[in-house]
Amino acid sequence: MSNFLSSSIGKKFLMSITGLFLVTFLFIHLSLNALLLVDDGGELFNAAAHFMATNPLIKIMEPVLAIGFIVHIFYASLLTLQNQKARGKDRYASGNSTPDVTWASKNMYILGATILAFLIVHIAQFWVKFKITKELEPTHIDIAGVHTEVENAYALVNATFGYLWVVIVYVIGSIGLAWHLSHGVWSGLQTLGWSNTVWRKRWEVVGTVVAWIMGLGFSAIAVIQHFFFQ
Amino acid sequence: MTKIESKIPEGPLAQKWTNYKNNQKLVNPANKRKIDIIVVGTGLAGASAAASLAEMGFKVKNFTIQDSPRRAHSIAAQGGINAAKNYPNDGDSVYRLFFDTIKGGDYRSREANVYRLAEVSNSIIDQCVAQGVPFAREYGGYLANRSFGGAQVSRTFYARGQTGQQLLLGAYQALMRQVNEGNVDLHTRTELVEIVIVEGKARGIITRNLITGKLERHFGHAVVIATGGYGNTFFLSTNAMGSNGSAAWKAYQNGAYFANPAYVQIHPTCIPVHGEFQSKLTLMSESLRNDGRIWVPKKKEDAEAIRAGKLKPTAIAEEDRDYYLERRYPAFGNLVPRDVASRAAKERCDAGYGVGATGLAVYLDFKDAIDRLGRDAIEARYGNLFQMYEKIVDENPYETPMMIYPAIHYTMGGLWVDYELQTNIPGLFAIGEANFSDHGANRLGASALMQGLADGYFVLPFTIQNYLADDIRTPRMSTDLPEFEEKEKMVKEKFEKLLSIKGEHSVDHIHKELGHVMWDFVGMARNKEGLQKALDRILEIKKEFWTNVRIPGKADGINLELEKAGRLADFIEIGELMARDALNREESSGGHFREEYQTEEGEALRRDDEFAYVSCWEYKGDDKEPVLNKEELKFEFVELKTRNYK
Amino acid sequence: MEKTINLKLKVWRQDGPKAKGHFETYEVKNISTDSSFLEMMDVLNEQLIQEGKEPVAFDHDCREGICGMCSMYINGHAHGPDEDVTTCQLHMRKFKDGETVTVEPWRSAGFPIIKDLMVNRNAFDQIIAAGGYVSVGTGGVPDANAIPISKEDADEAMDAASCIGCGACVATCKNGSAMLFVSAKVSQLALLPQGKVERARRAKRMVAKMDELGFGSCTNTGACEVECPKGVSITNIARMNREYLMAKFKD
Repeated sequence: MSNFLSSSIGKKFLMSITGLFLVTFLFIHLSLNALLLVDDGGELFNAAAHFMATNPLIKIMEPVLAIGFIVHIFYASLLTLQNQKARGKDRYASGNSTPDVTWASKNMYILGATILAFLIVHIAQFWVKFKITKELEPTHIDIAGVHTEVENAYALVNATFGYLWVVIVYVIGSIGLAWHLSHGVWSGLQTLGWSNTVWRKRWEVVGTVVAWIMGLGFSAIAVIQHFFFQ
Repeated sequence: MTKIESKIPEGPLAQKWTNYKNNQKLVNPANKRKIDIIVVGTGLAGASAAASLAEMGFKVKNFTIQDSPRRAHSIAAQGGINAAKNYPNDGDSVYRLFFDTIKGGDYRSREANVYRLAEVSNSIIDQCVAQGVPFAREYGGYLANRSFGGAQVSRTFYARGQTGQQLLLGAYQALMRQVNEGNVDLHTRTELVEIVIVEGKARGIITRNLITGKLERHFGHAVVIATGGYGNTFFLSTNAMGSNGSAAWKAYQNGAYFANPAYVQIHPTCIPVHGEFQSKLTLMSESLRNDGRIWVPKKKEDAEAIRAGKLKPTAIAEEDRDYYLERRYPAFGNLVPRDVASRAAKERCDAGYGVGATGLAVYLDFKDAIDRLGRDAIEARYGNLFQMYEKIVDENPYETPMMIYPAIHYTMGGLWVDYELQTNIPGLFAIGEANFSDHGANRLGASALMQGLADGYFVLPFTIQNYLADDIRTPRMSTDLPEFEEKEKMVKEKFEKLLSIKGEHSVDHIHKELGHVMWDFVGMARNKEGLQKALDRILEIKKEFWTNVRIPGKADGINLELEKAGRLADFIEIGELMARDALNREESSGGHFREEYQTEEGEALRRDDEFAYVSCWEYKGDDKEPVLNKEELKFEFVELKTRNYK
Repeated sequence: MEKTINLKLKVWRQDGPKAKGHFETYEVKNISTDSSFLEMMDVLNEQLIQEGKEPVAFDHDCREGICGMCSMYINGHAHGPDEDVTTCQLHMRKFKDGETVTVEPWRSAGFPIIKDLMVNRNAFDQIIAAGGYVSVGTGGVPDANAIPISKEDADEAMDAASCIGCGACVATCKNGSAMLFVSAKVSQLALLPQGKVERARRAKRMVAKMDELGFGSCTNTGACEVECPKGVSITNIARMNREYLMAKFKD
């Protein structure tokens, strides 16, 4: 196995698996966030947040998710270094004019870094306050007819999105993410070998659609929260 | 005159090879490990021989001037490879392939050799398929065939327009497997510069490392020359820039006979010359003649208008086109052998019907085939060739007819070898295009690949053992022997001499001069007067070369001009021998057309009573005339006839 | 009909693998637009020889786009600014009169420079030697038609096999990766029944050798297939990934 993981394809395999796993996480995250757009004073969102916070499966998945991020980032750095070494010291004076190559595909590490920066802000603003400093106010909602006391996550999110700069950072992060995924999704599938002449085009379309659903979805939520839910 | 011993085995034609194999001597596995074989060249013949010999257990040293064995010029063969499989059930057989090859070669090859070639042809296809060569297939999953010039059956196997590439990669991969297993010691970017003879036997070579410039000595119990042909004597040819005749020439200078140097194949379908700076000619596969129709305008004024750029070929009405091959040779039509097609093109152009800016081109038209089969079918068959044509000429051959003209392509002549592919120097073998065997005066399309692989996979690995069996007690020799020392010194002095000339003209400049003389006087049509003139001119060029060539740089390290100069020095001498041989051969046969010897209709006139022999030229020293020895060709199984493709 | 152009050439000159290289600027005049890029380089070299200078060293051989020897990086493209061609098939009609043309060697850690525009591509041979073949000796094989192969598979294998080993993929790849080259051979042989027998061993050994020789990994930018003179597709890379992963998971 160590032999496998030290091979170039083995490392790329880990990148793909973790990357695609992170995409599924983002899907769940986005569907939850979509509840922010339900005009009920945040009840539905709080209920969902409560469910997520108390569900044992999610508790297990949280560290897995963290590992996913770490592995993805670690191997990205390792591969980038190795690839730079493979490229050699000298650069082409006439640059590179190869047509039909997407900018994202050549700059995945940079795009990844913007996502990371955004992730740090994001964690500091939400996750830390949810889980570590526990700055959330209690509120009462009905869950399946039962009157329950839950933490008012909605209030925190709503307040945070009240700041324009947060929304701007959020939108930039989401677009970076979309860009990253516009290459990442199909590239991950290609690395796993799930591609051929026919599927390649399909995956590229799927990847682009996924990417922009994520990017526009996350951005839209922040923007709408800022302008219409304050 | 020396008696030429061709060692043809006894027995009926079909039994000769079997008889030979049954009675030849073999080397046992333990002894094979103790024997070194030098193989020079990594084309189809060289790579297949090196791989096969190494698989058997011999220690092989393999040399190439390229950076990788895969670059050898066999890679450029496009159309296909013949075999007598008779898969299409159209009446093919080993005998028919043999007969077509003998006839196509204008009855100037050895029956026994050609029959053996036809016999092993089927094994080649089996071998290549087993190696993973992606031959073209039908929807049922079985191998597809197409037809080639000089045959009335479809016996040509192909891998798109890249058959040579795929076959070479097959042999190359087999070779690399042996390199990986340590059985082949591969030397890339290394050029043979001398052959070492010890006590009358070939025992090694001197090479120049093309990167460091260092001269190196290598011992071998036997030396195999597989370095291809000498077509680049003409400067412009379809050969690769690096293709050269030097290894064969060194063999000649060491006493090996050079056979039939005048037999040069002029390929009818090449892209015409565009200008003085042109470095090489590009072949359009003969397979195109399957579907393309060759024509020139029927009216001189149309041809003139086309040359002036005032008329487009598509504007010429059907009845004003002269499909001259179909007209002259109704039975074979556009699929006549190469020499016949080339001469017919020259005849039309000389008569003033040529097209293109220079008037030295004819049309190869796919309109009918596209109408009949659809553009897609034509694209599937020849797509890569059409693309190549468009890149070079900047015209779309799907819409306007291709322009083609004959060009130097292949040399049937080469080192004389006996039935065992051994030259008259014991221990020195020659295979593939480097030898003279099998193709006579003209080679049929798709037969070069067949011969190269036959020699390398299925003939030499047997016959060389018959020689080596007597050598198992010979230990590996030291390369400090005086014979090695002396040859290395000789080479060193030659390079120093070349570098010291510091004249005015570049190597290419002089090579182009040689090329013009060769093309004008030793080309498609030759005559006594012209050949004598050529001999005089070549002597002048030789003198100019040795007094006025300019080679910058030094002998150590990379010196591309020095490499080229070494090769040109030999080309000049090869050219001289070609002219001499052409002058001697007072008949027209195959690729050798003497204007004095033609029928009233302008067809080649062979003179079997006087010239049914292989000319074997023997080197007698730099300033002396070579001696002509003759190997009489006996035809016991086929009747000598005038070739008729009408 | 013949048109001629004048050009300014910025050519990389480097004496040896360890020497420091630099650009040298030359002018060439009256170049026929019908001539190939290498013929233009011949004119330049002839000019240099006449001036008593050393000609530019570059690799070339067949000059018909099949041997894979020529290897120049011209104006930001491996094999120059034309599609599906090698440098020898790049024609001067692609350039404008008075244009400055930058000519560089392949640059990649896997292809060290030998001199000027010549690079060492020996690594490709080593990768093939590691397993790019069917382990079959001469003789003792069944009839060529014994195993039918579907036309689709044969055609796809041929597409992959058309690789000429020029190294434009490595030269172009931002990661200096040889995946396109390696995957073309792995694909060709994996598609054919003759090659399937040792597919796992082949994929593992070729990838291991490729890694050992210091080539980068694939980030699927697709630049290699765009610059590939033979249009070899990166779907071959997907197939090789599949072959390799399957082989490794079986272990």
